[in-house]
Amino acid sequence: MVLSAPPRSAPAPQRPTSPKSTKSTGLKPRRRIKSASRVDAFAPYMYIAPFFALFAVFGLFPTIFTFYVALFDWNPIGGQTFIGLDNFVTLYGDERFWNAMRNTFSIWILSTVPQLLLALFLAQLLNNVRLKFANLFRMTMLVPYITSVVATTIVFASLFGRDYGLINSFLNLFGIDSIDFAANTFASHIMVSTMVLWRWFGYNTLIYLAALQAIPKDIYEAAAIDGAGGFKQFFYVTIPSLRPVIIFTIIVSTIGGLQVFTEPLLLSAPGLTGGAGRQFQTLSLFMYEQGFGNFQFGYGSAIGVTLFALIVVFSVINYLLSRRITSDD
Amino acid sequence: MTTSTPDSVVTPDSVATPVPRPRKRAFAGRVRWWTYAFLFASVAVSAFPLYWMFVVSTNDSAAVSQTPPTVVPGGNFFVLAEQVFTTVPFVQSLANSFIVAGSIAISQMILCTLAGFAFAKLEFRGRDPLFIIVLITMMVPTQLAVIPLYMIMSNLEWIDTLQALIVPGMASAFGIFWMRQHLSTVLNNELMQAARIDGCSTWQIYWRIAFPLVRSAGFVLGLLAFVTAWNDFLWPLIVIQSPENYTVQLAIKALQRQYFVDYGLAMSGSFLATIPLLILFIFVGRKMVAGVMDGAFKG
Repeated sequence: MVLSAPPRSAPAPQRPTSPKSTKSTGLKPRRRIKSASRVDAFAPYMYIAPFFALFAVFGLFPTIFTFYVALFDWNPIGGQTFIGLDNFVTLYGDERFWNAMRNTFSIWILSTVPQLLLALFLAQLLNNVRLKFANLFRMTMLVPYITSVVATTIVFASLFGRDYGLINSFLNLFGIDSIDFAANTFASHIMVSTMVLWRWFGYNTLIYLAALQAIPKDIYEAAAIDGAGGFKQFFYVTIPSLRPVIIFTIIVSTIGGLQVFTEPLLLSAPGLTGGAGRQFQTLSLFMYEQGFGNFQFGYGSAIGVTLFALIVVFSVINYLLSRRITSDD
Repeated sequence: MTTSTPDSVVTPDSVATPVPRPRKRAFAGRVRWWTYAFLFASVAVSAFPLYWMFVVSTNDSAAVSQTPPTVVPGGNFFVLAEQVFTTVPFVQSLANSFIVAGSIAISQMILCTLAGFAFAKLEFRGRDPLFIIVLITMMVPTQLAVIPLYMIMSNLEWIDTLQALIVPGMASAFGIFWMRQHLSTVLNNELMQAARIDGCSTWQIYWRIAFPLVRSAGFVLGLLAFVTAWNDFLWPLIVIQSPENYTVQLAIKALQRQYFVDYGLAMSGSFLATIPLLILFIFVGRKMVAGVMDGAFKG
């Protein structure tokens, strides 16, 4: 779908040409076309060059260079010594790394699964032309997306606050004791996941809504004639039709989920450890701590390489799963 | 009249093919009351944190930390706002964010439309492989390469400058993909041939025909780029050091660092930093919704 070539229109016999261009088919204009196309031979390359130049310098080169730096004991002030794979050996024996890995996956699952289910549900509700206030619903759902992660984190840190937080005040109303969200491992993951969920659920809702609107109504009618009720229609028509979009959103939230950084950083201010016991330090924050907190560029790059590999592996798994599911049909 | 300017041959209106909205597909069942209940609940969930930001930034800390805490705005807004402006160079950081996000938005509109035009409508050797490379680069998580990127900026002596924030974001693979999609549906080949016969160079076709045709899609791209750049945090945190070069996100962080327990100041800063985007959103929110639903995925 994504890679399809632009629709080339067949040479129509009755090309709607304006009288002016019919007139200008003399010798002189023809010569001008040829010379113009000769000059223009390099034009396409000039047009795409800025992107490739920028990507080469600020995207591709740093990415490749990460793999190189990871092989060094690299200190920005001290100097660099080639140490082979020592950084990786140390990293995979580092309990802090596995802790960050567990936290990252826990936060990723806690934010992605409810988020996508909620988005699917809300999109289903929005998909009705008779719905009133449709624009209001769609627009407010996008408000979290334009709110910065920094602002989001500060608001939610206040809402989740131990002593005066609104959420604990609410829990107290029902006789539940206040929870110290930042101190407890699981509670802190819930807190961070809520921030991620809040930011992205509306965005995904709109993406699902667009996909729902593209499903032809005839399929539902055919299913209804065959005796499928609302739930059966949802599971046998809606979900299969949305499959490519669902897989797309899963891949995007995986890439995003493995890079969660700002929320744990601001919650652990002024430190970089993600709480006193590193209870909510993610892999990205661990990389930042090693790279720019301890100035271990080599070790930090080794974390970056590992994260990179994880993202590639997960994208490939997602891709293979999606292909398998599609071929099962 | 043998020569004619491209403007006289075509106007954008005469070629803009409206995307057909299939009415048949629309789902038109009865709307139940609980549909509205859930949707209004989601509106409340989306809006409440911003409302709470406003409540905290208009009350003194005593009102917010009593039990139960107040949930209505107070009259303390200007007290806290003034504190925000005196604690960090907030005006400067707002200006910096506008410069950075604005430059990135404008640059992406121009460069991505240009490259999208080349990929959609021009014939050249290696076009398809190059486009596949563009698509692949969308999947590269460049956030993980911040350490070498910092080294590059250090060698360019761009550390602690705004161009370190602007230049890497001036073009995006996503933008090229997005503009190519639009250009290949909106700009038809007959029109391009007609323009060529009339003696337009490729550049003239781009600037006078293609660009005006996809203004709207380019605007959505610029908006998304602006929002992304305005809210970016990790990269400015790494590369910017002195307060006079802070973006607005770094300014909020500076407020939080100094007053960890008292949320009022950081909330006030967050609110002030969100206002520009909220105002923008009031005017162009519908366009953004349409953009997201039209496939403006941000990977």
